[in-house]
Amino acid sequence: MTALLEVENLSVAYGAIEAVRDVSFSVEEGQIVSLIGSNGAGKTTTLRTVSGLLRPKAGDIRFDGKSIANADAHEILERGVAHCPEGRRLFGRMTVEENLHLGAYVRKDAGVAKDMARVYELFPVLGQRRQQKAGLFSGGEQQMLAIGRAMMAKPRLLMLDEPSMGLSPIMTQRIFDTIKELQSQGTTILLVEQNALAALAQSDRGYVVDLGRTTLEGPGHDLLADPRVRAAYLGED
Amino acid sequence: MATLLQQLINGLVLGGLIALIALGYTMVYGIIQLINFAHGEVFMVGGFASLATYSYFIPESWRSDWWVALPLMALGGALVAVILAVIMERFAYRPLRNAPRLAPLITALGVSVVLKEAVRLFYPGATAPVPFPRVFVDEQYTFEIFDGTITIGSTAILMIAVSVIGAVVLQTYITKSRMGRAMRATAQDPDTARLMGVNPNRTIVLTFVIGAALAGIAGVLYGIQITNVDTEVGFLYGIFAFTAAVLGGVGSIKGAVIGGFAIGLIKSLAGQYFPGGTQYDLVWIFVLLIVVLVFRPQGLFGEPERVRA
Repeated sequence: MTALLEVENLSVAYGAIEAVRDVSFSVEEGQIVSLIGSNGAGKTTTLRTVSGLLRPKAGDIRFDGKSIANADAHEILERGVAHCPEGRRLFGRMTVEENLHLGAYVRKDAGVAKDMARVYELFPVLGQRRQQKAGLFSGGEQQMLAIGRAMMAKPRLLMLDEPSMGLSPIMTQRIFDTIKELQSQGTTILLVEQNALAALAQSDRGYVVDLGRTTLEGPGHDLLADPRVRAAYLGED
Repeated sequence: MATLLQQLINGLVLGGLIALIALGYTMVYGIIQLINFAHGEVFMVGGFASLATYSYFIPESWRSDWWVALPLMALGGALVAVILAVIMERFAYRPLRNAPRLAPLITALGVSVVLKEAVRLFYPGATAPVPFPRVFVDEQYTFEIFDGTITIGSTAILMIAVSVIGAVVLQTYITKSRMGRAMRATAQDPDTARLMGVNPNRTIVLTFVIGAALAGIAGVLYGIQITNVDTEVGFLYGIFAFTAAVLGGVGSIKGAVIGGFAIGLIKSLAGQYFPGGTQYDLVWIFVLLIVVLVFRPQGLFGEPERVRA
């Protein structure tokens, strides 16, 4: 069986600077997979390339067996890959509801209203404030909206970039609970996190990205126990 | 009193025309931060194209019925303006989308000169103002009030009506429709809009198309109101409309309309009451612009660029 997403020897450059040199990983349908690594390791660049915002310099990206390495961002979303970007990137001058509508922009089916109700059920605070501008919300609420917006596309693969960044421990826990719940409903998750401990604990599989290369891989719990991971990312000697 | 009312009416008529053109400036700026200096020429070309529709395509027996001739002319003017804008976007601006901001700006100025000279050279008789047919009902309504009379022409009423209706329809489309949301999303954050599945090129072309259609319609209205078209008007009204857009806050639909009417009113009131009369009326427009920008650099309805998200 081929994986849902396969990234093979990916390399991405910003002009002359290679941010990603050799990244390979795969995500099986129904799994939660994490990419962990320090700041500037190339995790975000990798996600931005998978979603079509950046073009790879070399290597291949296959979704559901077909290459998407040179497809446009909107085509990749239409195939079922949604990307919830780092820093949330909401449309701050639009309301909660408008942001969610944009999340469902490519959908033509009748289920949009039902899925919006589901987002409001999952995050009641969004439902209470659906006519308010997204820019007025707190960090945690914005993160909920960002995840809700990505869910509205009904993706097969949801990529989340630093969903816990800047959030309180309680809010971080809620976000991770939501990710688990999405997985149980059949969505495959690719997670990029600096919070390696929380991410690996939830993940079926993890990859360590270092200086633009995938260096270690394994089941989440194995990586958590790996002394090299503990030394480098969990602050232990 | 009658003089004041008359000048207010004149101001609204001019303002409506400026507002229709200003909408194109403000929408294009809102989405790609380009001041499309060629937009004034698109308006001028719209005027000539509607005249050509009348002269070469509308059979003589149809010309006396304004409800046939005028919509056809508006259609012809808008269609040519739209085609022009699509070509302009595709071949002049799109290749420069990621270039430094100065490059597309200079290109826009170049496109503007090319369009103006092309019409002047190739449209028969366009080296001088070309008479425009009086296709619309040509009535002057006169009212007696207090100390005199005021006059408003049927074309003037049409001008104000079309500009207000156009702006309301556009505002509704932008705020309520799916494509309108995509346009606003692209304006706020192009990369994230792409992640929502918005095709940026299609959205940008649509913005140019809407602006050009409105400018084309403005061209016909100008023709029936002034009863001639001239290759020079693109530049002049382009500057008025650009100023209106900046005054109202570039990127804001409401701002462009209010800015347009403000400029129309200032010009006609200053021409009547301010020292120097009509010789100095343009000066007051720019004095107003400077005063507004000193106190509100983002314009009356512009959004300052520091929204959290």
